[in-house]
Amino acid sequence: MEIKHLNYSVEGQDILKDINLDIPRGTYLTFQGPSGSGKSTLMRIIASMINATSGEVLFNGKHLSDYEPTLYRQKVSYAFQQPTLFGKTVKDNLEFPFLVRDKEFDQKLVTSYLEMVNLNESYIDKSVNDVSGGEKQRIALLRNLIFPPEVLITDEVTTGLDTDNKVIVHDLIDRFNEKRGVTVLRVTHDESEIAAASHKVTIESGEIKDV
Amino acid sequence: MSDLTVSNTTLALGFVLVLIALGVGYKEKLHFNKDIIIGVIRAIIQLSIVGYILKFVIKADDIWLTLACFAIIVINAGWNAGKRGQGIPKAIPISLFAIAIDTVLTVTILVVTGSIKFIPAQIVPFTGMVASNIMVAIGLCYRNMKTTFADRHQQVLEKLALGADIKMASSDILRESIKSGVQPTVDSIKTMGLVSLPGMMSGLIFAGVDPVKAIKYQIMICFMLLGSTSLGSIIACYLAYKQFYNEQKQLNDELFS
Repeated sequence: MEIKHLNYSVEGQDILKDINLDIPRGTYLTFQGPSGSGKSTLMRIIASMINATSGEVLFNGKHLSDYEPTLYRQKVSYAFQQPTLFGKTVKDNLEFPFLVRDKEFDQKLVTSYLEMVNLNESYIDKSVNDVSGGEKQRIALLRNLIFPPEVLITDEVTTGLDTDNKVIVHDLIDRFNEKRGVTVLRVTHDESEIAAASHKVTIESGEIKDV
Repeated sequence: MSDLTVSNTTLALGFVLVLIALGVGYKEKLHFNKDIIIGVIRAIIQLSIVGYILKFVIKADDIWLTLACFAIIVINAGWNAGKRGQGIPKAIPISLFAIAIDTVLTVTILVVTGSIKFIPAQIVPFTGMVASNIMVAIGLCYRNMKTTFADRHQQVLEKLALGADIKMASSDILRESIKSGVQPTVDSIKTMGLVSLPGMMSGLIFAGVDPVKAIKYQIMICFMLLGSTSLGSIIACYLAYKQFYNEQKQLNDELFS
């Protein structure tokens, strides 16, 4: 993933200024910086959820805009800070990645993924109203990972979670980064996560201050 | 038919009911008196003009005049339905297209099957009935679609982020919007005869037609309205939901700001 001279502005206000980054495959990169510094905006641009005002995002050597958006988002998957679970049951959510790819729901595979985040098969038929906040975040992350993307973007996904849930989420992401080679771009304000990160980017006032 | 004559005195007495509504509105501070007055004045002027125009059109019995009336009704219905979709790009052309296709199809079927004749006295009222029902249905669809897209903004974003196509990301909204457009027609059909005697059927009975024949006619109208509101809602919704996205299949945030 390469980002070249990327700028983003809204109504004349510069949110991101001349962002340049080269992210090798398999990297686990942590983005830090004060609230409103443009971290999430950058992630949304990389995830093709919004367009940059100028500049380029190159993925596997190809310009982001040259990809079919849905196929790109299946490869570069964005996980939200406060996800919503859609439909009525957990199955509606875990089946969604299969529907997107026009594939049959694989209960065995889904169960093995649920077990990775300390949930069991019985959760598949649970109502979305009966899962806790931590469970909701874990299930939402599984939606991103059931078909492992090449890049996983996590935007403060551990905010508001208790320590146990944080550990489960960290383990899951680490596992996909280490064993499956998934590139991880993490936005966080969590001091312990920042302290533990080996590769960090600091963004302040829309500019990269430190890599 | 002479029984149907409405004298000026009857009309004036009927107006007393409007005055009652105005009185209630004023006393209860409902703030709709201005709308009632404008509505009543508009209805009197519009219906009077239409009455004279219809008299002329029916008497002239000219195909081009009939088609012109058809076009005016469809354009007005499309325009008004589109206005209810304010905030949705291309809402007016979409509703115009949906109402035009749907009305042409429905009226053509009625004419081809011999249910109505291609004469202004039948084409104009039927076109009005079909177009107005589709207009209301599309208006409801638009309103529901705008509200639901705003309410489920986050959910749609998440579906897109998971690689869903815009249709899949909006499928719930699409379904609910279509349902909201068709539901009133379904509800009115369910209670027809039990709660209300529909206008067309009442008119035929007033005019001395055998009630059984009038009911048969009404059943045909029910089928027609159900079909046309469903089709109109489907066409409008399937074209309108795409307006919430840009070419990169991203939610058009300007619509929600």
